Formats: sequence, structure tokens, C-alpha cells
Amino acid sequence: MELQAVLMAAGGGSRMTDLTYNTPKAMLPVGNKPLIWYPLNLLERVGFEEVIVITTKEVQKMMSADPKIKHEVKMKLDVVCIQEDGDMGTADALRHIQQKIKTDILVVSCDLITDVALHEVVDLFRAHNATMAMLMSKAYEFTETVPGQKGKKKTAEQRDFVGVDHSGKRLLFMANEADLEDGLSIRKSIMRKHPRMHIKTGLVDAHLYCLKKAVVDFLTDNKSISSIRGELVPYLVRKQFSKTTSSQKIKDDTEDQNQKKNDGHTNQELLISSRDEPLLQLAHERSCWNDHRGDMSEAYHGGKLRCYVHIMDQGLCYRVNTLAAYIEANRQASKLFEESPVHPSAVISERCQMGTDSMIGALCQVADKTSIKRSTIGNSTTIKEKVKVASSIIMHGVTIEEGCNIQGSVICSNAVIGRGADLKYCLVGNGQRIEPEAERTNEVIVGTDQLMEI
Amino acid sequence: MADSGVTDGSLKKDEIERSKSEGRELTKEEKQRLRKEKKQQKKNKEKKDDNASQESEKEKKSVSSSSSAPQPPTQPATQKAPSAVPAPAPAVVPASETPAPVEKPAKSKAELKAERRARQEAERASKQGKKGETGQQAATGKPKAPPSELQPVVKRLPEHIQVDNPDVLKKLAKKLERQQIPLRLDYGYKVSLFSHLHQYSRKAPLTQQLSIPSSVIHPAIVRLGLQYSQGIVAGSNARSVALLHAFKQVIRDYTTPPNEELSRDLVNKLKPYISFLNQCRPLSASMGNAIKYIKKEISNIPSQCKEEEAKGKLLNCIECYINEKIILAAKAIAKYAIEKISDGDVILVYGCSSLVNHILCEAFEKNRKFRVIVVDSRPRLEGREALRRLVQRGISCTYVLISAVSYILPEVSKVFLGAHALLANGYVMSRVGTSQIALVAKAFNVPVLVCCETYKFCERVQTDSFVSNELDDPDDLIVTRKGKTQLEDWQQVPLLGLLNLVYDVTPPDFVDLVITDLGMIPCTSVPVVLRVKNVDL
Repeated sequence: MELQAVLMAAGGGSRMTDLTYNTPKAMLPVGNKPLIWYPLNLLERVGFEEVIVITTKEVQKMMSADPKIKHEVKMKLDVVCIQEDGDMGTADALRHIQQKIKTDILVVSCDLITDVALHEVVDLFRAHNATMAMLMSKAYEFTETVPGQKGKKKTAEQRDFVGVDHSGKRLLFMANEADLEDGLSIRKSIMRKHPRMHIKTGLVDAHLYCLKKAVVDFLTDNKSISSIRGELVPYLVRKQFSKTTSSQKIKDDTEDQNQKKNDGHTNQELLISSRDEPLLQLAHERSCWNDHRGDMSEAYHGGKLRCYVHIMDQGLCYRVNTLAAYIEANRQASKLFEESPVHPSAVISERCQMGTDSMIGALCQVADKTSIKRSTIGNSTTIKEKVKVASSIIMHGVTIEEGCNIQGSVICSNAVIGRGADLKYCLVGNGQRIEPEAERTNEVIVGTDQLMEI
Repeated sequence: MADSGVTDGSLKKDEIERSKSEGRELTKEEKQRLRKEKKQQKKNKEKKDDNASQESEKEKKSVSSSSSAPQPPTQPATQKAPSAVPAPAPAVVPASETPAPVEKPAKSKAELKAERRARQEAERASKQGKKGETGQQAATGKPKAPPSELQPVVKRLPEHIQVDNPDVLKKLAKKLERQQIPLRLDYGYKVSLFSHLHQYSRKAPLTQQLSIPSSVIHPAIVRLGLQYSQGIVAGSNARSVALLHAFKQVIRDYTTPPNEELSRDLVNKLKPYISFLNQCRPLSASMGNAIKYIKKEISNIPSQCKEEEAKGKLLNCIECYINEKIILAAKAIAKYAIEKISDGDVILVYGCSSLVNHILCEAFEKNRKFRVIVVDSRPRLEGREALRRLVQRGISCTYVLISAVSYILPEVSKVFLGAHALLANGYVMSRVGTSQIALVAKAFNVPVLVCCETYKFCERVQTDSFVSNELDDPDDLIVTRKGKTQLEDWQQVPLLGLLNLVYDVTPPDFVDLVITDLGMIPCTSVPVVLRVKNVDL
């Protein structure tokens, strides 16, 4: 077997608590499908037959009850439950399932919605015998107004600085703005090996990684690393150019026991050799290919540890971890699959004006004289007469009484909007009731219990 | 036929004399009679239409030309008739021309048999659509030629050089479907001379159509195929070693299914992998020989051998093969070649041949004083890599492009070339541009030495670079200078084709010596080596 897929679905959605305090992030509806359906669909389309899903018990229960996942996902899902409250990072989760991992792994996050050709990432991993290959995408500005945001001020988005080589494939440098106090400093050894470096900031990390099995073994020994994105990836990128990599073997002979143990950790990871390493060496020696030119070193500068990145410049790639991203994803989700936007079991009256870019879920009831534009209506929602819904996301089980006007809002599950209410750019939490004739603009309406959590 | 000719010759001679004496009028009558006789001939020799008509045409024309010899020839002589049928025609012609009813009883059994055989040959020939050949054969006037000689010798052409034949493509598609391997589609407009070869694009790898955790094809083979198609593993030796490395992994992960024998099943397992690799990049001659060797070793495994033992044996065989044919061969060749390098030499090398680089490095270690001129060519520009390797060792090098080779040759004392394969007729198949270098070197009387291991010797025969070659991605020829890419939309320009050839063949006249691990042999001794090798096997 070549690759095992691991889906990380235990994340809490800490950046959109308004949406996730009741529904776990993995089950948030996007385009009337649970969020976790998208990465599962991606893996299935590409040809995976088994996925290891790391999630919480709650999500597991909801997944087994959800019709979309039960019927449409044909892969075998091996669900591993972990504690909800625990500070288990993604790397800790990998350590937890170390026994199940027999080959190289493909780690995917549950909040990834993309139509990338996955073979591009995996081909980099295969062809260059890389330790890690990841996916990134050009970030798009979210133009939709986000409910609850005061004005246009964006929360301090910490930028990521990503350095790639002249071909745009080899990952040379990765740092987050938060870690750089004085400025961006790049080691001379990197500059000597790769004099042309492109540093990009407008990239979104898709949290899709191909990792060698040796990396998982390395994690089991190094228990200090707890997050893949936060700690493991920058470590691997730095380690590519570590001075000790080339002279590792010589050091082993001369150093004392302690040093050897320390090096042993890194050694384990570096000696990602197959059993026929000398033969592979011979093949590369005799090959007349080099990945760079202009200096005297051989291909890859003799380094065994290589990290690659595939940067998508076309196509969809969203990480639904903020409210803005969630709204944008809902808009674009219908482009990803060819299902008809209106579910066949929805009851829509004749005099309803529905735009073509709207999605209606199953068992909906839409009454006369309603107008639905650029919106997503969830399952089992009831919309009474003379309601205007524009650019909104309405989740499952919502009841909207007559004469309401909902614009640019997000209404969570089981909410009830009283008649004649006028909501603009609001976020109505789970199970909330909006009194009739209410007029709310740019507000987040959630229950008092949620407010206490902060 | 010959007999009847002799007997009837006398009769015809009278007629000719008569026609000569009576002048033009009788030529017309003659023609009419000839036409009548032709028709009767056609009735007798039913299916010998081609021969008969052609023969009778020739005969008519030659008769008319002979009859109108005193007069200027009214009819232009056919191309075939005068060249092929000079003297025997008048003798043979009257033989077949003479009125059929008179001749029929005179024709012996042998003649009938010969006619029947000739008819069969005509049928066979018309089936293969080679009318010219049969015409020629008839024209040579061999009445009793045995059928085997006349039967055109058509060997089955390999499918990879018949890409313009839709039937062959269909067969290939079916075969791949059976083996569950995706078919790689050709890309771009192909120059018409090379439209019988595959042309793939590097941006459309075969893995696009495979499922990602590849289950049908072993992951080591998928990795290898990717490395081939992207050019990460390039060069005859490197490709063979990488192939054997991948096969080692396949053999290690292999388990014999129940009720199957390892010797037969493993070979069947390897077939789809080989097709897959062929789709990624056409196999080289060295790879082909390596595969033949492995298949032979696998099928020679005795059936009572246990699986672990058999696998260990195979892995050992592969190790030995690589050691013998590649590593030790390189050492032996270096030893011979170093004898040919003297102090003060200026050696010209082309592209990046792992063997030639090895030889030069070894010679430098042995303290020979020489300098190297590296010749390079677009689009691969492999010479840069050779330059790097040599300069890293401390050898002083000059670097030129192939367009400058005739300017620099007066300085050169020897030319060392690497080979992709050595063909059975002594031709050297190597990177495109090698034959040019050899040609110019010959013009300057500079000795050309080709270095090649014996495992690259191939039983194919080729005299030109058109029939069997490899077409690389045409987009490689596109270059961007100062931000402008002139050939960006080359596909939109009608009548523009980009051709990126990979190999060419050098005739043995331009090669002075071939240095192999068996010694230094002339180019023409290649079939001897092949024969000896086959006897060994």
C-alpha cells in the first residue's frame, strides 16, 4: 500500500465559536452537506478506499446518523475517537494512532474544501522521494460582509511567509509573522544553495500533507511536538538545511553516548532509506539530472530531507475556519458538484422567486410570494409567505415566519424568526428565537449560555 | 514458360519479319492481334491479372518498339520495360504472346504448375498490396521462381513505431485495458515524418488517471515511472539501475498466490508494470535487455523451490547483474580507455554520458594530463551536468554548443562518445547530435571512440533515425527570453510543428573503435558479440 489517508476532524473551530458552540465544526452544513463530507469526497474521488478519521464521540455519532455520509461515502471509515476537551494537537493525534500507520500518510483537515488535482501534490512526494509535500493556495479576499463585524476592520491576520525556490516547488522557508520579532532572517546556507528564492505571503495553507512514515516514527520519539502545522512543518523545513544533516554519519562515530542519542532522533528521521539505498544512490549518480544549476553540488545538494509544496493558482481551495470563509464556501460549494440546487423532496410553491444560485435542502417548505436569492436553505426548513431571503445561509430546521426580511445573515439550526423581523448581517445562534417585528443589523444573537463560555 | 518461348520463338520471328517488311499498316494489325491474344491470355491465366497485363503491356510496348525500330518509337517506352526487360523480352515476349489455342497443348505440366504458383503469389502479393514487387519479380523473368523467394518478408513491426495505424492503437488500448493501465494520450501536432511515433506531454503525467494509493501498480514502479517521465532518472545506465532497484522492491513485496507457481506468476505480474513504464517513457535497449534477463531468471526457478529461497535467489541475481554488467564493466572499460588517453590530449565529449565521465575521472586520477571540451546542445543541455562533474574533479574543461563543433575540432585529438545502444549492423544509437559530431570528426580525421557496455548491445538493425526513435515533449523547445515567449501558441499556428528528437544513429564508418568490457572491438564486430552472448544464454 502506498498511502494511508488520515482525516483530522477533532478541531473545535476556535475561530468561529458563534457557529460551533452547538454544532461541532466537522458537521457544519456547507451547501447542505456536512463540512466533513468535502474532504471525504475528495479522497474518494481520487481513489482511496480507507480513511482513518480522528474525531470526537459527538461527531462520530452525528456522522453515523447523517444520511449524506452514510449513503454517499463508500469508503471504509476507521473512526478513532479522542477526548473533546483535551489539548490534543494534530501531531499528538498522529502519535495516538501510530500503531495503525504502516506506510506513508496523507493528512487532511476536515475543514478543507477544494477541487485540487491531488496527484500534483502526491507526484511531488513520489518523484523526488520527499519527506513532506503540502498544498497551498492563493488566498482570495472575502468580499462578503460578515455578520457581527464592526466595520471593515479585519482581525489581525497573522501572515505566513513562505519561501520557495526558482521552480516554485521546493519549500525553503516557512515562518509565521508572530514568530518573527525583528524581521525576516534567512540563513546564509540557504541563500548559498538557492540564490533565487521567492517569498510569498498571500498563501493559504490547505493543511493537506503527505508525510513519510519515518516522520510518524520520529513523532513518537519526540513528544514535544504537538501540532503538525505549527511545529512539525517548520521544523522539517528548517531541518532540510541543517548543518548536521550531511555530516551526521561522521559525527556518530566520534560523539559520546548522549550526543548520539540526540542525534539518534534526527538520525531516525534522516535515514529514511529504503533497504537498497546504495542502489538508489548509484542510479542518481549515473543520472544526468540536477534540480539546480550554477554551483558544484549534486542533485538536491546531497540533502536527504526534502520538503515540497504545490501552490494552486486556479481552482477552489477554502479552509472553513472563520465565519467569512464559511460564508464564502457556501456560495462556492454548489460549483463543486453537479447536484441540482433544489432537492427533489423540497416543496416549493409556484409563486416563489428563486434565483439559480440558491440551494434548497431536503424536505423544505417554501410558501408563496417568497424571494430567495444567493442563499442556502438547509433541510427541513419552513419559510412562510412574503419572506425575502438574500445572500444568507439558513441551516436546518429553521422556521421563518411571514413577512421577514433576511439579508446577508447566518441563521443556525432550529432557530425561529418571528414574523416581520428584519435582519441584516446578523448571526442568529442555534435554537434562538427572534421576536416578531425585530430589527437587527450587524449583530450576533446567541444564547446567554454561550456568552458565559468566554 | 521458357520452353514454350523457345519453341514459339521461330513463329514469332516470322511475324516480326513480316511486320517489318509490311511497314506501318501491319503494326496496327499486329496490335489488334496482340490485343486479341492478350484477352485470351487473360482467360487462361485467370488470376494472374497483374502479371499478365503488366507483362503484356511491356510486351506490347517492347514489341511495338522492336517493330517500329526503323521508325522513331511512337510510344514512349515504359520505365519498367526497357530497364528490366532488355534482351530476354523479345524472346520471352513472343512466347507469351503467341496465340493461346495453338500453345495450350504445348504447355507442359511444369508450366501449368508454375502458372498456378505464380497466381498464388500474385494473390498473396495483392493481399499485402505490394504490386510493385510482383511486377518487378515478373519483369525479372523468372518463370519458375520458388514461392518463398517471391513472398515478401514482413516481420511484425513493434507497436510503438506504428502509432499512425489505428488498428495498432486499438490493439494497444485493449491490451492496456486488460492490464488495468491507463492509456497515455499523444499531445500536439506531430511532424509528418515522425507521425508514427508517440509524443507525450510532460504536463500530463500518467498518474493523473491512476488512483492515488496505487493498488494495481506497485508504488515503487509508479515512482519510477514518474521519475522517467519527468527526466529525474535519465541516461541509459541510470534507468537500468533504477529499474532493477524497483524490481527488487517488487520481488520483496511479492507473495505467491495459492495454486500458482512463482516462476510463472511473477512474470505475469511484471508485464503490466513494464507496460506502465513503457507508457511513461519508451523503454531503452539496456532496460529491454535487463528485463529479458530477469524474466529468464524467474522462469528458470525450479518449481520445488520455496518462496523465500526463490526471492533471495532473484534478488541476488539482480545484484550480480548490476555488479557485473554495469559497475565492473565500467571499470574494465575505463582500464582500456585509459590506455588510449595520452598526455597532452584534448578530448571532446558530447552531452552527459555516465560512462565517459567515469572514464575521464579515472584517467585524471591516474595522473594523465589532458583537457576536455564539452559539447552541448538544446533543449536538454545535459553538457552542463557533465561540465559540473568534470570541473568538480579538477579537470580543465571548455564548453561549447554543438553549432561551434567545426570551429573547435582542429584543436581536438580524440572524441569519446557514449552510446545508448549498439545495433546489430554496427550502427551506434545515441543522443541526437552524436552522428553530427562523428561526421565532423571524420571530416577532420579525428579518431572517434565509442564507449559502451555489452549489455547495451541490441539485436535490432537500423540505418536511419526515422524508423525507430523517441519524440520528447515539444514544449521543451519553447524558451522564454526577457519575459517573451515567442512560441507560446505554437499549436495555433497552422503548418508549424515542433520536433524534439531524442536519439540518432551513427554509421560505423564514422566510428573508429568501440571500447567494451570485452575489449576494444571495431564497430562491425557487434553481431559477433551478440552471437557469443546468445550461445552463452
